[in-house]
Amino acid sequence: MSGLSTAHSVVEPGATSKRVAGALVIAYALITLIPLLWIGLTSFKTPPDSIAYPPKLMFSPSIEGYCNLFSTRTRQTPEYIAALPPPSSECDRVVRSRNMVIAGPSNVIPRFTNSIIIAFGSTFLAVFLGTLAAYAFSRFRIPLKDDLLFFILSTRMMPPIAVAIPIYLMYREIGLSDTRLGMILLYTAVNVSLAVWLLKGFIDEIPREYEEAAMIDGYTRLQAFYKIVLPQATTGIAATAIFCLIFAWNEYAFAVLLTSGEAQTMPPFIPFIIGEGGQDWPAVASATTLFVIPIVVFTVLLRKHLLRGITFGAVRK
Amino acid sequence: MSEQPTTMSMADKIITATPTPVAARIRGLSDKGIAWIFVGPTIVLLLAINIFPLIWTIYLSFTNYAANRSGPVKGVGIRNYERILNDADIWTAMQATAHFVIWTIAIETVLGFALAYLIDKKFKGHGFWTTILLLPMMLSPAVVGNFWKFLYEPQIGLFNYAISFLTGMDRTSFQMLGEVSLAPWSIVIVDVWMWTPYVMLICLAGLRSIPDYIYEAAEVDRASPWRQFVSITLPMSMPFIMLAVLFRGIENFKMFDLINLLTSGGPGSTTEVASITLKRAAFESWRTGYSSAFAIILFVTVFGLANIYVKALNKVKQR
Repeated sequence: MSGLSTAHSVVEPGATSKRVAGALVIAYALITLIPLLWIGLTSFKTPPDSIAYPPKLMFSPSIEGYCNLFSTRTRQTPEYIAALPPPSSECDRVVRSRNMVIAGPSNVIPRFTNSIIIAFGSTFLAVFLGTLAAYAFSRFRIPLKDDLLFFILSTRMMPPIAVAIPIYLMYREIGLSDTRLGMILLYTAVNVSLAVWLLKGFIDEIPREYEEAAMIDGYTRLQAFYKIVLPQATTGIAATAIFCLIFAWNEYAFAVLLTSGEAQTMPPFIPFIIGEGGQDWPAVASATTLFVIPIVVFTVLLRKHLLRGITFGAVRK
Repeated sequence: MSEQPTTMSMADKIITATPTPVAARIRGLSDKGIAWIFVGPTIVLLLAINIFPLIWTIYLSFTNYAANRSGPVKGVGIRNYERILNDADIWTAMQATAHFVIWTIAIETVLGFALAYLIDKKFKGHGFWTTILLLPMMLSPAVVGNFWKFLYEPQIGLFNYAISFLTGMDRTSFQMLGEVSLAPWSIVIVDVWMWTPYVMLICLAGLRSIPDYIYEAAEVDRASPWRQFVSITLPMSMPFIMLAVLFRGIENFKMFDLINLLTSGGPGSTTEVASITLKRAAFESWRTGYSSAFAIILFVTVFGLANIYVKALNKVKQR
């Protein structure tokens, strides 16, 4: 009731309750961040530091994890290494100090390339198809519209393993097993449902009067769509594209079941980065850090639209 | 975020834009034609990648087909379905799934709502901290599962270290992922870490959808803060809470990625949830017919839940 005595709105929380709420939320956020920060720190540790007990908070940073991530190495005798010309890079030096030499590049670059091609390819297709379908669903009378929309959404709800069984068989028949094209098509199909639902919401918000006015002025329907609606929907299309990109970038279940080499993306690859005698945690942490940075950037860019994205466009605020 | 052009400039644009005379003469495709051309490709893609395989799965579920060997495929009627419903392992898997779904949802809902309630107090910097809070749910389950495995390492992991630091227990006296009694909880912890922000975000939308004047009226009526919470805050954000619960329910019912990375169903089959059983039957024992039948059963269940979910979505939308 103290609120009644103040000039501003009675529902404004008091200063103390604000401070308490803030402290609690910040405490939770900091605890939540620990695993992420730990991975970032581990990526700059040497393998012995990464498995030290008690866990090391202070350590002298090393790029060994990143060196190991990008290279394959072979063990050599100290005499052999002493006879080599001086190291040509910092990685060379670090690796030689462990009595090893760099034998060649690791698989990480091809895996990253696959991730980028598959994520961008499927995003482009899903957003392209999704924009067209969303416009039609938003503006035209389509028979069984609600059923079609439900059908489109329900395809995303299927358990991935249940979808993977027939896809695996089908791709084997038509030669799409372990190909980038196969993964692009699959991710497009998964993402297009999100794209249609999200974009329909964004296009619904653009007043029909704009197109109607343009059509009265002599635009065709297609011109009105292209010149009036699309520019208005840019923000929505961009947000949708980022959501599709994040999904395809992060996807693990299909990737681990349907790709093994040629088209393998980063998610199934990262857990299998191993060094001599078990998992090379600094290398795994380096891969994770590089893989996660774009997602952090996208999350910040998307923050205003996140709610919409995770509820298929139903909740808009 | 960049602002959309204002209505004013848009109207100007329409007035000043002069359409080409050719286009004016040719009215182009009819609306109906455009509608089908626009919707068609999406439907075709979904039919090819989702529906055709689904029909194939239904067919396979009535056969003894095994994808790793060639040979005649024999129809076996509904025997696969009978076998599944009488298979003790399947029921164990369903229990593991139920444990996972119920506990994750209970904890995520309470924690998520509490966080949303606190954030809704609009303390200084709440926007920034909300974004920070949301990070876990944006990450790939592959990296989340993998780095939690690192944290759970009994010898070197940060989690065991923190527990032994706080409670004085020996850090190597327990293995989060290796013990029958702890493994089901270790996957719950990771899911809660990753997905509480999701529930929080939807609850926050629910809280913000409650108009101020309702609280103002309650103040005038001298309703206590507790009374306001129980009679206004909770019921009015309930559709949103239900939406979050349903969506997490569906997602966790079919949970595969996190668990596959953390425990792969182990130790033994303690954390072998439905999707893991399905993967083992389909891609390790290659009982394609049998696993197809199980896939269909799971699919029907999820489809039923999805139906309810869409109804809930529409309910939220109408507000």
